[in-house]
Amino acid sequence: MLKINNLHARVEDKEILKGINLTVNAGEVHAIMGPNGSGKSTLAAVIAGKEEFEVTEGEVFLEGENLEDTSPEDRAHKGVFLSFQYPVEIPGVSVTNFMKTAINESRKAKGLEDMPAKDMLKLIREKSELLEIDRKFLSRSLNEGFSGGEKKRNEIFQMAMLEPKLAILDETDSGLDIDALRIVANGVNKLKSKDNAVIVITHYQRLLEYIVPDFVHVLHNGKIVKSGNKDLALELEEKGYDWLKQETVI
Amino acid sequence: MDLKEKLVSSFLAFENSVDVDHPVHDIRSEAIKNFETKGFPSKKEEAWKYTSLNTLQKIDFSIFPKKESMLEYRDVKKYFLHEIDTFKIVFVDGVYSSFLSETTHDGVDVCLMSSALNKPMYKQIIDVYFNKIASKVDSMTSLNTAFSREGAYIYIPKNKIPKKPIEIVHFSTGNEAALLLQPRNLIIAEENAEMQIIERHQSLTANEVFTNSVTEIFAAKNANVDYYKVQNDLTTASLIDNTYIDQKDGSVVKVHTFSFGGKLTRNNLNFYQNGERIDSTMKGVTIIEEKQHVDHHTLVHHIQPNCESHQDYKGIYGENATGVFNGKIIVDKIAQKTNAFQQNNNILVSDKATINTKPQLEIFADDVKCSHGCTIGQLDEEALFYLQSRGIPKKEARALLMYAFANNVLESVRIPELKVRINKLIANKLGVRLGFDL
Repeated sequence: MLKINNLHARVEDKEILKGINLTVNAGEVHAIMGPNGSGKSTLAAVIAGKEEFEVTEGEVFLEGENLEDTSPEDRAHKGVFLSFQYPVEIPGVSVTNFMKTAINESRKAKGLEDMPAKDMLKLIREKSELLEIDRKFLSRSLNEGFSGGEKKRNEIFQMAMLEPKLAILDETDSGLDIDALRIVANGVNKLKSKDNAVIVITHYQRLLEYIVPDFVHVLHNGKIVKSGNKDLALELEEKGYDWLKQETVI
Repeated sequence: MDLKEKLVSSFLAFENSVDVDHPVHDIRSEAIKNFETKGFPSKKEEAWKYTSLNTLQKIDFSIFPKKESMLEYRDVKKYFLHEIDTFKIVFVDGVYSSFLSETTHDGVDVCLMSSALNKPMYKQIIDVYFNKIASKVDSMTSLNTAFSREGAYIYIPKNKIPKKPIEIVHFSTGNEAALLLQPRNLIIAEENAEMQIIERHQSLTANEVFTNSVTEIFAAKNANVDYYKVQNDLTTASLIDNTYIDQKDGSVVKVHTFSFGGKLTRNNLNFYQNGERIDSTMKGVTIIEEKQHVDHHTLVHHIQPNCESHQDYKGIYGENATGVFNGKIIVDKIAQKTNAFQQNNNILVSDKATINTKPQLEIFADDVKCSHGCTIGQLDEEALFYLQSRGIPKKEARALLMYAFANNVLESVRIPELKVRINKLIANKLGVRLGFDL
């Protein structure tokens, strides 16, 4: 599904990713953990194609295709989805209209006609139930005045609508209370299949109790310094990150 | 002969075509003297620092159209709010078109300034209202006053509401190589009266048009006036809009100005609060590009206590477009408990576009709430990435963000069909099809 080779990326003169290697196969859930400033969100943004970051070395492949020079919208059309840590407010554009635009743009890119209105409504109904989203919520302006929990739930609702091959959840658990966390995790679990993959970026182990990862990677100073199974997350929770930092020095 | 000389000498010819014994003619004669003394405003004047009329003055404008022009409704239908039934006061090259218009005298008067000036039954109203709130000092207003003869006349008596919105539309056909138009509108809402007006100036060919318009609006006690100005003209059409509004106790007047095109557009919007508990609202969306220029000069004069004013102007400037916002608020010493808000936000889409924005507050009362803010920025890159990451291409994503930026100005448009229309105009301006009507 995703293969990252020796990825280096910088913003202006600051190198943030310093040689990332990562392989994610279909059907897998990977967690990426690490202290603040280790490059977690940058990695997510680079995979999604944010132009602010310059890839100086290495490649990102999606299903064998090199994503170099591919725009964020084209990556989305190929099946990459990024759930934002801080979703952006768009006044005057309802959640429903936003999703219609996103889905139909994706279809257009694949040479398909717009989705018939009836099918669209059915899809919206089905996916909003999955995320326990109220109908009234869908006619509100996108993210405007949403609580932190509503924004994150809306991100996963968008993911459900777009059915990506590779979903990257960037700090989706931050700002969520336990009920919202459960709903969001439940949604992600239901969307999981043998044909897609999920990368969960998180600071804490808490979310991983609900979305159980197959692999856990620790990012530090722009590199993956340790990989393991889900027990690594527990170990990190217990010991913090300092012991790893020392290990890398040695 | 320059344009000023041409205008002053044309006044003599103009006098042959109007009733010089009418009291209004004394007003015209005074006005031409003021214009002759002052001439066209120059960039040396603070209020005209960023808007130059020099190039317009070099054009040889016809002051009176020579030919009568006919238009077929089907050819101009799209410029009307044809989705709903409206009263229409329509002018073609400055001449009233009875064929395209739908006026009324049924309980309310929706008709012509020329009728109001000529018919004895309106004499008393003309005496009371004509040129009473319009400036006698401003030279462009004086120029219009001097040649005032035709325009819209709307009189809504106490407690009356016209059955439908009123459209005032000016077409120019290009029958003249260059045409100067000077419509003069008088709009009166008596106590508790209500009305909705949509005004539009539309050039149909690439020939030069220069419109210098004056509108006086009188809103009596508790009257409610909604005024929408749709400015989406060709790049050979220039407009100076001088609007003066007199408000009495408890009246509510809202003016929305949608400036989407034209060579040079200057909006002088002046509110005078001659009463208490008055609400004055000015909202605007400006989206221009090429070498277009839009200048909003607003004035709210808080003369009495316990009143409010709200201003919210959004501007999006692309290519070599230039914009001006100058918002003046005067609060007199006795106008305590005034609430005055002013907001002007701008996005510059290109490096070459410019905006000059300036709040101008003169506050003489001590118990008031006044706030003002202006911003100039670019589109938020993070927001753009967010939309792109959902599969929305950059161009459409930019359009969505610009629409979102202008959105809260549209929320207060109270004619749903007009709101849909404005949304479509915005989508067209931004060059996108978003799969749903904005």
